[in-house]
Amino acid sequence: MSEEMEVGCARPTGGPVGESIETASEHPPATKKEEPSMIQVGKKAPDFAAPAYQNGKFISVKLSEYLGKWVVLCFYPGDFTFV
Amino acid sequence: MEFQKLGVEILSMSIDSVFVHKMWNDNELSKMVQGGVLFPMLSDAGGRVGKVFGVFDEDAGVETRGRFIIDPDGVVQGYEVLTPAVGRNVEESLRQIQALQLVRNSKGTEATPSGWKPGKTTLKPGPDLVGKVWEVWKTEMAFD
Repeated sequence: MSEEMEVGCARPTGGPVGESIETASEHPPATKKEEPSMIQVGKKAPDFAAPAYQNGKFISVKLSEYLGKWVVLCFYPGDFTFV
Repeated sequence: MEFQKLGVEILSMSIDSVFVHKMWNDNELSKMVQGGVLFPMLSDAGGRVGKVFGVFDEDAGVETRGRFIIDPDGVVQGYEVLTPAVGRNVEESLRQIQALQLVRNSKGTEATPSGWKPGKTTLKPGPDLVGKVWEVWKTEMAFD
């Protein structure tokens, strides 16, 4: 399901699937504006791909690979924090 | 693990790199949970995924405690976002998943009223229930 990744010096990162980086950087937010969240109950979760650590391996995870399963996606502020 | 019994996959995500995830798992989390964390710990350096989910705090540069329940069709069925200093209630997440699974398996013929837990009465929405919920569901049931 998830493929193992080569580890280099650059810190790998992921992002939303289907959104090109060019479009994002073409419009740097001059003033910070409230962007509407795309999340709504009853609507599809936006797909994304991201590097991950699991069981001693560095892998790449894509949300759409989990179709057919229930998923709980948890965000948190940071590793080695307190809560 | 409780989530595994319900057939649920866990994914965690923060702005830390996968290298920091490894260190955190190996040096701290594995002392809290035997064998360490089994689910994938995802890295969202830059917060681009968090932004799309509405949980990236640009001022702090980190992601707030967002928890999203996604069904087998990839549809968001529930979410909760908490401020960093307040931890989640795992029991409540499990309860919500059990409720969502019951509703899904009933193909919409059953609904779980306020305070529902596994084993408690569900409601069967339909013309006969209109105006009659008070007969089958009491407010005390929200608290027991």
